[in-house]
Amino acid sequence: MNEHVKKLTPETTDLSRRSFLVGTAATGLVLGYAGVPGIESAAAAPANFEPSVWYAIAPDGLVTVTCGKADMGQHIASTMAQIVCEELGAKWSDMRVALASNDPKFNDPVLGAQITGGSWSTMMNFEAMSRAGAAGRIALTEGAAAAMGVPASELVVRDSMIVHPKSKKQMSFADVVKSGKATKTFTPDELKAIKLKSPDQYTMIGVSVPQLDIPSKTNGTAKYGIDVMLPGMAYGALVTPPVRFGATVKSVDDSAAKKVSGFIKAVTLDDKTGTTSGWVVAVASTYANAKKAAQALKIAYDAGPNAKVSSESLLDEAKRLQKLDDSGQFFVKDGDPNAAFGSAAKVVEAEYTTSINIHAPLEPMNATAEFKGDILHIYSGNQFATRSGAIAAGAAGIDPKFVVMHQMWLGGGFGRRLDADMMIPAVQAAKAVGKPVKVIYSRENDMTMDFSRPLTYQKVKAGVDGDGKLIAISHDVVSAWPTARWGIPDFLTPSVDKKGPLDSFTVNGADFFYTVPNHYVRAIKNELAHNATPSGQLRSVAPGWTFWAVESMIDEIAAATGKDPAQFRISLLDGAGKNDGGAQRLRNTLLAAMGLSGYGTKQLPKGEGMGVACVSSQERATASWTACVAHVAVAPSGEVTVKKLTVATDVGTQVHPDNVRAQVEGAALWGLSLAMYEKATLKDGGIEQTNFDGYTPLRMSQTPEVAIAVIANGEKATGVGEPAVTVVAPAIGNAIFNASGARVRALPITAEAVKASMKA
Amino acid sequence: MPTLTINGRSLSVDAANDTPLLWAIREQLQMTGTKFGCGAGLCGACTVHVNGEAVRSCQTMLSDVAGKKITTIEGLSAKGDHPLQKAWIAEQVPQCGYCQSGQIMQAASLLAKNPNPTKEEVVAHMDGNLCRCMTYSRIQKAIMRAASEMRTASATSSERRPT
Repeated sequence: MNEHVKKLTPETTDLSRRSFLVGTAATGLVLGYAGVPGIESAAAAPANFEPSVWYAIAPDGLVTVTCGKADMGQHIASTMAQIVCEELGAKWSDMRVALASNDPKFNDPVLGAQITGGSWSTMMNFEAMSRAGAAGRIALTEGAAAAMGVPASELVVRDSMIVHPKSKKQMSFADVVKSGKATKTFTPDELKAIKLKSPDQYTMIGVSVPQLDIPSKTNGTAKYGIDVMLPGMAYGALVTPPVRFGATVKSVDDSAAKKVSGFIKAVTLDDKTGTTSGWVVAVASTYANAKKAAQALKIAYDAGPNAKVSSESLLDEAKRLQKLDDSGQFFVKDGDPNAAFGSAAKVVEAEYTTSINIHAPLEPMNATAEFKGDILHIYSGNQFATRSGAIAAGAAGIDPKFVVMHQMWLGGGFGRRLDADMMIPAVQAAKAVGKPVKVIYSRENDMTMDFSRPLTYQKVKAGVDGDGKLIAISHDVVSAWPTARWGIPDFLTPSVDKKGPLDSFTVNGADFFYTVPNHYVRAIKNELAHNATPSGQLRSVAPGWTFWAVESMIDEIAAATGKDPAQFRISLLDGAGKNDGGAQRLRNTLLAAMGLSGYGTKQLPKGEGMGVACVSSQERATASWTACVAHVAVAPSGEVTVKKLTVATDVGTQVHPDNVRAQVEGAALWGLSLAMYEKATLKDGGIEQTNFDGYTPLRMSQTPEVAIAVIANGEKATGVGEPAVTVVAPAIGNAIFNASGARVRALPITAEAVKASMKA
Repeated sequence: MPTLTINGRSLSVDAANDTPLLWAIREQLQMTGTKFGCGAGLCGACTVHVNGEAVRSCQTMLSDVAGKKITTIEGLSAKGDHPLQKAWIAEQVPQCGYCQSGQIMQAASLLAKNPNPTKEEVVAHMDGNLCRCMTYSRIQKAIMRAASEMRTASATSSERRPT
């Protein structure tokens, strides 16, 4: 199990990091964040009440919650405000949000860093935000009691008002803050001892309040990294080499660029962090001029060691590695599948692949860097401020403590903005020209230099006994290792066979909740792919490919043994041993999806079929139980039409039901897009697709109906941004089999592959 | 120095005639609601109106818009209260929000000509606008809501018109 997940248990949550000790002596507000106009003058006005680092209440009663998570459209800032608001007792219209700087005081209370991913944010911050809100309510109530001269126990808090029903006296939060009487402080133990509301007392959690960020996203006022404007700044356009990684710049001829109006300088990056290779930035007075200058640069490259690598050679290497007995490390090692295969009545074997995929958030990568005195200021929407700040420092050659990261709204993240490559050209260009520089990637830079979802190759072998019972699975996963690139030991996982740490973000999901007594999962690093195509975490990460293999194979076994694939899954989800609890929730979720879709209730027309899949994404310890029934029509040409996706998900507790549905729908459509429409390929070491003509995410005309059932059963809140991505591809593949008898094992699914399999 | 007629104002910009309108709007005029997505007319994030037509500002040069009326998201309505903007809030459409200025401008050009579009007409008109968060179904619902509210408003205003 990963270190970062182990820390989920409340006992190990480090509450001492919270500074709940501040009463009225507020001057600092949100340290290091200059993105809020007028913040300095606000600080000089009557003191704010800051019961925790997570929010402040101004004398006008407005409550500003500082969100330490990157908001990339999952409305996490609004969600944090909603959780605080519930316990604080504020009125929703009084709530505001601000985005945190990289000050460690805003670190995630469970993860101990500023990183946003894994569908972790709500589950890992729910308690901290609840306690912060409750502490504020208690402090305000005691302050009001003192001011009114009544016992605190007789006060009622609702909608930012503190009321004494007996005497009909009341004070607003604003009144109490202005009175300066809210002075109570909390030790970490006192904070832990606060009794939080039980779900039946909730008035905010579970209500679809208007998201606080949405109005600014309908009128052009929301500020993304690309929108940052600093006085006197210049613009940088990137020139990246023809190979994804490993090239070096031999020479730069800027004689033609010098004729471009506004051209300032061509800066060849010297990247000691190893994040980029062979990049040059053309700096000019405007971005249009910078682009022209970039096009005018004549750069000679040494193409480096990966210049001959292609998708085919990556796949060949993966197959070679998988065949070696001593490859990789074990992630799961239960029983002895190899012995079981010997006694099995039937053995089913298959290979599953997924292509390279590109994040392509609609806001291209960008960052603005400014050196001001000793401090390096970075303006960029980023998912991993802790590490990205350190990378920026590395690019500048300074100590990370001198870097202030100014968080912006993210124009899409999907894992792409966990990476920090954009910091390096911005920092080195700003340093070279002595001005603030905003570097904006062209879409071509963004696509060809993506930290992509790696090409994956999986071999799965399954054994069934004479009674048709699944007794063994052996599952090898070969890929680049996205998380190993970070160099952070806590994000790696010890291997079961003690062969050193493995990147569980390549195998999560393969440790499923089915009861299979003999079960091996091997994580095999494709070193060639790791070097030639530095990979990243793409929305849902490993479960996006592991469940493609597992859930396709389960279907193949059901077909081989003449069983209904849904009933076969239910029989495997018996909750035995370590699967107790999770397996039953997953079974129930599958049943919900079957019910909502009408699975098995009617005869479908010829050429149509339904397929099921169910997943425990993201990780065993952080699963949102998710099931999908896909309804497809398959033409004799192999052309597949997805008619409808039905997704059920058990999220325990839903903070904002409408947002849960929005996330699940977006995730499911990502799953569809990856299953059918998105494919990147490597040739001569370079990504061949450069824009949205070659790399083609789902468009409106390709969007089917998505029916969603959300199960909120009162368990702890789990994540919703990713799990539904992972369930869709196998459900579609299984539906294609149900409709046509064609079994596809490669993503994305093509009409050619379906047709070929129909003939076979 | 080219002069742009934009959101009802006449503004001169310090940029060459072959500068894409997108960058002049964003950098010279500092109206950043119009977004850069692909630079190739493939995603729609940079959509603005030129003489009422939705165009991709990344593919439109300053020389193309001389003497023409340009409208950006900032100028679509006085207070961000165009029926589409209100519908976008009512349907809680945006996730990351980055494409939504372009989506709204694209949709506005449809409703200006066709107050009662079918779902198919909406899809055909909107298909060039990518939403990487895949908020497509909410975009459709919001357009239908705005169209309906605009029809109601225009019916009401024509009823009130003195005869």
